Amino acid sequence: MIAFEFVTLRAGAFALNGVTFEIPAGGYGVLMGKTGSGKTTILEAICGLRPVLQGRLLLAGRDVTALRPGERGIGYVPQDRALFQTMSVRENLAFAPSLQGWSGEDTDRRVRELADLLRIGPLLDRLPAGLSGGEAQRVALGRALAARPKVLLLDEPLSALDDETWEGMIGLLGQVRKATGVTTLHVTHRREEARRLADRVFVLADGAVRPAGVADLQEQAR
Amino acid sequence: MNPSDRAFPRALAVLGGGYVLLIVAMFAADLFFTSPIQLVRALSAPEIRYAVWLTLLTSSVSALLSILVAVPLGYLLSRYDFPGKKLINAVLDIPVVLPPLVVGLSLLILFQTSAARLFEKHVFAVTYAVPSVVLAQFAVAAAFAVRVLQAAFNQMTPRSEQVALTLGCTRAQAFFRVVLPEARRAVLAAFAIAWARSLGEFGPVLVFSGATRMKTEVLSTTVFLELSVGRLDAAVAVSLLMVAIAVVVLLLLQQLGKTDAIDGTVRR
Repeated sequence: MIAFEFVTLRAGAFALNGVTFEIPAGGYGVLMGKTGSGKTTILEAICGLRPVLQGRLLLAGRDVTALRPGERGIGYVPQDRALFQTMSVRENLAFAPSLQGWSGEDTDRRVRELADLLRIGPLLDRLPAGLSGGEAQRVALGRALAARPKVLLLDEPLSALDDETWEGMIGLLGQVRKATGVTTLHVTHRREEARRLADRVFVLADGAVRPAGVADLQEQAR
Repeated sequence: MNPSDRAFPRALAVLGGGYVLLIVAMFAADLFFTSPIQLVRALSAPEIRYAVWLTLLTSSVSALLSILVAVPLGYLLSRYDFPGKKLINAVLDIPVVLPPLVVGLSLLILFQTSAARLFEKHVFAVTYAVPSVVLAQFAVAAAFAVRVLQAAFNQMTPRSEQVALTLGCTRAQAFFRVVLPEARRAVLAAFAIAWARSLGEFGPVLVFSGATRMKTEVLSTTVFLELSVGRLDAAVAVSLLMVAIAVVVLLLLQQLGKTDAIDGTVRR
C-alpha cells in the first residue's frame, strides 16, 4: 500500500499541505493533475528525494518518512526515463539486483523474466541511446521492477508516445500489474489513462489531493 | 533560398573567418621562417630534448592533478547548495582572470612562508625544482578544468542518479557507477584543456621555477631563453614543435573521445 497521512511538502515557493490518500496493497492508483500542480513533487517525496516536512508516509505498511530512497523498496520510472546511458539494456535491468547482492544466476534469471514480460529480449545488448520512446519506456519499467519492489511509481509514463505505442503500453501496464501484483501510483494529466488502468483515481489541484469524481473522468482527453 | 538568407551565412563566414585566417597566417609565417634543418638541429640539442620530456611529463601530471580536484569540485558546485558557494565560485575565477605572472609571484611568496619552508625542508623541494613547474601549471589549469566539468554536470540531468538512489545506491555509489561514467567525455575534455593550458604556461613557471637549463626548463621557457639570446630561428623551431605536440596530443584525446562515444550500437 501507499499511504499519505497529512503530509506537507514544499518545492520552492510552492507547497502541498495536509496531503492524505491511500492506495491499498496491489492497487493501481492514478493521480491526475495539471502540469505544474505538484504531481512529480508527490512522487519525489515517496522516493525520498524530497523531504516530508510534516505528516507520515507509509509504504507496504511501513513508515518510510525518514528512510533513505534505497531503503524504501520502490521502483521509480521518471518522466524522462533517465536510463543509464553507459550501460546496456541488460545492465540497466541487472543494476538493482546486483546492487542488492543477488547472485549472478538469480540476476540473469530475473533479467530473462523481465525481458519476456516486457518483450525486450532482442534489445538486451543495445545501449539506451539507440532505443525508441516505447522501447526506452519498457526498459525503464523493467529496471524499476527488477529487484521486486513493493511499490511502483510512474511519472507520466505514457507521455510523448504515438497512439499505437500508447495503446500497447496500456496493455503492458495491465499485464505487469497482473504478473507482479505491485502497488502502483501512476501520475498523469490524461483522463483516458485513469479510466483504462486505475482502480483508485485522485485529483491534485490547488495544493490538495482529493478522490476523483465522475465529472473528473468524463471529459475526453485524447 | 532568398538573397538575404544566402548573405547571412556569408557574413558570418567573413567575420569569423578573419580570425581563422590570422591563426593560419601566424603558423604559416613561422613555417616559412624556419627550415626542416633548423627543426632537426633544435631537436638534437640535449637541452631542448630535456625540455620536451619535462614539458610532456609536467603537463600530464598537472592535467591529472587538475582532474583529481576538478571532478569533485565541479560536482559539488553543480549539485549541492552550501554556505560560501558563491565565494568559492568567485575564488575559482581568480586563476582564470589573473595575469599568469601574478600567479607565479603569489606562489613564490607562498613558498616563503614558514609552513611552506618546513614542507620543503622535510618533504621535498618545490621552488626552482621540477615540482614547482607542476604546481605553477596546475594552479592555473585546474580552474579551467573545474569550469568545464561544472558546466558538464550542470547539463546532466540529476534524474539518473536519483533513480540510482531509489534502486539502492548510496550517493557515492550513484556518483561512481552512474554519474562519472556518463561524464567521461567531459572528463576527457577537461583533461585536454588542462593539458593544453599547462603546455603553454609560461609566466608562473618562469617566476616560480626559474629557467634553469636541464632542470626546470620547459618548452615555453625555451622559446623565451632562445629569444633572449637572439636565436630567433631556434625560438621559432621550438614554437612549431610545441604546436605539433599540442596538435598530436589533442587529436589523440579527441580520437579517444570518439571511440568511446555512445552511439547506441549493439555491445558484445
